[in-house]
Amino acid sequence: MAPFSSLPRKREPITGGEWIPACAGMTRKVRIALGLLGVLFAVLTTAPAVAEGVPLPAIPKAKGEKCVEEPQLMRRYHMEFLGHQRDATMRQGIRTTRHSLKECISCHAVDGTDGKPVTIKSEQHFCNACHSYAAVRIDCFQCHASTPEVPGRQAAR
Amino acid sequence: MSNKACDAGRRDFLKAAAAVVTLAPGVTLMSIPAAAAPRPADQPASATQRWGLLVDTTRCTTDCTACVSACRTENGISGHGRPATDPQWIRKIELRNETTGATHSLPMMCQHCANPPCVDVCPTGASFKRADGIVLVDRHTCIGCRYCMMACPYKARSFVHEDVEDQRPDVPRGVGTVEGCNLCVARVDAGGLPACVESCRSNGNGAMLFGDLNDPKSEIAQRVKTYATTQLRADLGLDTGVRYQGI
Repeated sequence: MAPFSSLPRKREPITGGEWIPACAGMTRKVRIALGLLGVLFAVLTTAPAVAEGVPLPAIPKAKGEKCVEEPQLMRRYHMEFLGHQRDATMRQGIRTTRHSLKECISCHAVDGTDGKPVTIKSEQHFCNACHSYAAVRIDCFQCHASTPEVPGRQAAR
Repeated sequence: MSNKACDAGRRDFLKAAAAVVTLAPGVTLMSIPAAAAPRPADQPASATQRWGLLVDTTRCTTDCTACVSACRTENGISGHGRPATDPQWIRKIELRNETTGATHSLPMMCQHCANPPCVDVCPTGASFKRADGIVLVDRHTCIGCRYCMMACPYKARSFVHEDVEDQRPDVPRGVGTVEGCNLCVARVDAGGLPACVESCRSNGNGAMLFGDLNDPKSEIAQRVKTYATTQLRADLGLDTGVRYQGI
């Protein structure tokens, strides 16, 4: 992959990110109190969370064994990876597959009731599962295909 | 000089000749895959290549639209029955010489200029020329102002007025942006031919030739060197990558 500096637009370098604990800078007493509260909260919520807690997004399982990056990194930085790959592919013609949207879409395709992969219009679509939960509207799929290539479609000429 | 010495000299000469013979096919073997092999996926497009297209108008016929339909299938282009505003990447046109009455049919698309006016006028940098000469629109930065459509002397670009669905993964295209022939850039990067050229060869009259204008060994470079070819509106000095023969 090309170094980041060779890209036409500057982006922040992708790293694991610095995880600053929320409790940094607090006094010891406050920290202990917060910790106890956390334990209490965990004990109280573990059992009923399934039944009546905050509903969590149902993230469909991917077809591959392992994601191209650590899931935690992916959740936080997937847009950076995609954006970087997008510029490299569009402007320079670099077509590596590791961070390409096309590969994400083929691995994370979810089959609907008709056996065909669902489009972005469906709530079950991998991207939609989180993005509709988080109320983040993405416009990638105004232009990009939200389902994998249909084999033979190109050949029907 | 003795006979022996003469023989030795002859033997050396023959050996040297044999070496040349064995070397020559070796050179050919090296050069053929280099011309046909796709660029590795992690390598950027390079200015050592310049992709071009040569259209032989003596072979292109009025009734044939193989290139146009192949382009539509390949790039997922469909219209709404409104020819004035429906997107088109390639179209067939008829040229008529008013004095002689001679007519020529030819495909018209983005001419992939070396000095593209669409790139000059683009206010956001969305319109750009890739290192290997392919002129593209980066839809991520296109704001749909359509200056490039005004600037293009070939009417090669279209604006997408309506929502697009069911795009092909290799050919993203959508509403509110300008688009035009991209020489099937994904296919070319994979070592293939543009869809129009492939279809012209198999379903049409074999009037289109695609290749690297910078590679002196390529067929297109040799044809351009041997025959008189025309750049449309050469007076504008755009140095087009698409050339025509027979007009």
